[in-house]
Amino acid sequence: MGLESNSKLVEVLGEKGRVSLNDWKEAQWAAIKIRREPITEEELYREASDFMSLFQQAVKEAFLSDIRDPVWLKMREMLSALSISRARRGFTPTEMATFVLSFKQPLFEALKQAHGTDSGALLSDVWMTTVLLDKLGLYCVEEYQKTREAIISRQQKDLLELSTPVVQLWPGVLTLPLIGTLDSERTQLVMERLLQKIVDTGSQIAIIDITGVPTVDTLVAQHLMKTIAAAHLMGAECFLSGISPQIAQTVVHLGVKFGDIVTKATLADAFGLALKRIGLVVIKKSGE
Amino acid sequence: MERIPILRMGDVLLVSIQVDMHDRLAQTLQEELAERVVKDRARGVLIDISVLEIVDSFIGRLLGRIASISRILDAETVIVGMQPAVSITLVELGISLDGVRTALNVERGMELLASSISLRTQE
Amino acid sequence: MDLQSSETLQITCEEDLVRVRQATRARAVLLGLSLVNLTKIVTAASELARNTLTFGGGGTAIVATVHNGDRPGLRLIFEDHGPGITDIELAMKDGYTGGKGLGLGLGGSKRLVNEFEISSRVGEGTRVSITRWK
Repeated sequence: MGLESNSKLVEVLGEKGRVSLNDWKEAQWAAIKIRREPITEEELYREASDFMSLFQQAVKEAFLSDIRDPVWLKMREMLSALSISRARRGFTPTEMATFVLSFKQPLFEALKQAHGTDSGALLSDVWMTTVLLDKLGLYCVEEYQKTREAIISRQQKDLLELSTPVVQLWPGVLTLPLIGTLDSERTQLVMERLLQKIVDTGSQIAIIDITGVPTVDTLVAQHLMKTIAAAHLMGAECFLSGISPQIAQTVVHLGVKFGDIVTKATLADAFGLALKRIGLVVIKKSGE
Repeated sequence: MERIPILRMGDVLLVSIQVDMHDRLAQTLQEELAERVVKDRARGVLIDISVLEIVDSFIGRLLGRIASISRILDAETVIVGMQPAVSITLVELGISLDGVRTALNVERGMELLASSISLRTQE
Repeated sequence: MDLQSSETLQITCEEDLVRVRQATRARAVLLGLSLVNLTKIVTAASELARNTLTFGGGGTAIVATVHNGDRPGLRLIFEDHGPGITDIELAMKDGYTGGKGLGLGLGGSKRLVNEFEISSRVGEGTRVSITRWK
């Protein structure tokens, strides 16, 4: 889409143009300062003048309302980087979009002055720029959203890592204290990590402690069984500790066969047995 | 002809499987091991599979067979170094390698064989 | 089915089983499957290729990259013109042996993949298709 022949858009954005960058910056700063966000006045001014000069360039080159056009590439890159940094700093989507949309006010003001009484031409320019700025604003929100989603999925992964640490209790003895509800996918992931850690540390014994697990279903019980079987194939032994009375009843009710698996009431009991298996004894110092 | 080397260390025969074995090569290994157990009067067989990327039912059965044959010939077999992904897959496939002893690495496998050989020697 | 790119391998001798495993592995690496999933599909490929050779008297394996929406996957299709399977349900059971001391192949392979389809006609042959999604 091109500009009308009597458009004054390029003119008002030009070097001798009438768009007041300062007014726009001031307005933005005033809006943001209230929230005392971690952004400096200089930063905001720089971003605003970057936006304005990229906008000028793109409009001068070819006024296109399709922001996917290569003319807008630099603008998209700049807005994308801006959205990512603002999403990380906890700005809201509204604040992100306002950065772009608020540019309308100084721009329209300048256009109004430039066109004087020619309301037809003014309307045409205003409409064109509105469409364009709305698209840029939405683009910002989309980029913002993408960043937030990436942050959430990373946090979920971190949480999984944090909630299931494999800990070395003693050289050759690992423990995996499981906490919270186990779903099939999480169990599978955790088990793979346990087996890898067995190899990495050369541990003969791994204790899976399920004290913090309120309930297990058939699938999770089967995953536990498979892990124990897989560890056995690798040459390590798994003990299961901390089985609650409820889980014991569920397991029997579900008909899952725990067979030859070593189970202990507490992690301490399992650790005691593990030490015995690797040939260690704990002796109380005499006279103390 | 392509073959898998069998090394001797004291009472123990050492085999490290490092190639993607086709079935004939696997069969040859089984036959050669049986002969060497008798010839070298070996009391233990240690098979290192730490670089094997997969163990399918054919290789799984081969390992089981080697262990059974060796036992009849008075030698104990230990499989060492199975990777986690391989063991998870084997369990899913439904292969348990019953009667085969396992250890995490060559060192542990040798320890296991040494203590089992000295136990059997006392008998 | 969107067969994005595929290769066809002949299965006529034992060495071909190694080639099927290697082709499957190469494509799984290209797709970026996790180590566990890679190991599972290569193992399943080995089982099924051996079935094609032993019970089907040889045949072909197609190794293909497929897409389900955005999700890429690896599909393997094994075909033979052998005697076929009379009772597929029975053949899928663990511990079933096809007369030569083998077994586990079908039921076990099914557990290693996300999708498993089998069709067989007595006297005409067998076709097994497996897929593992990323």
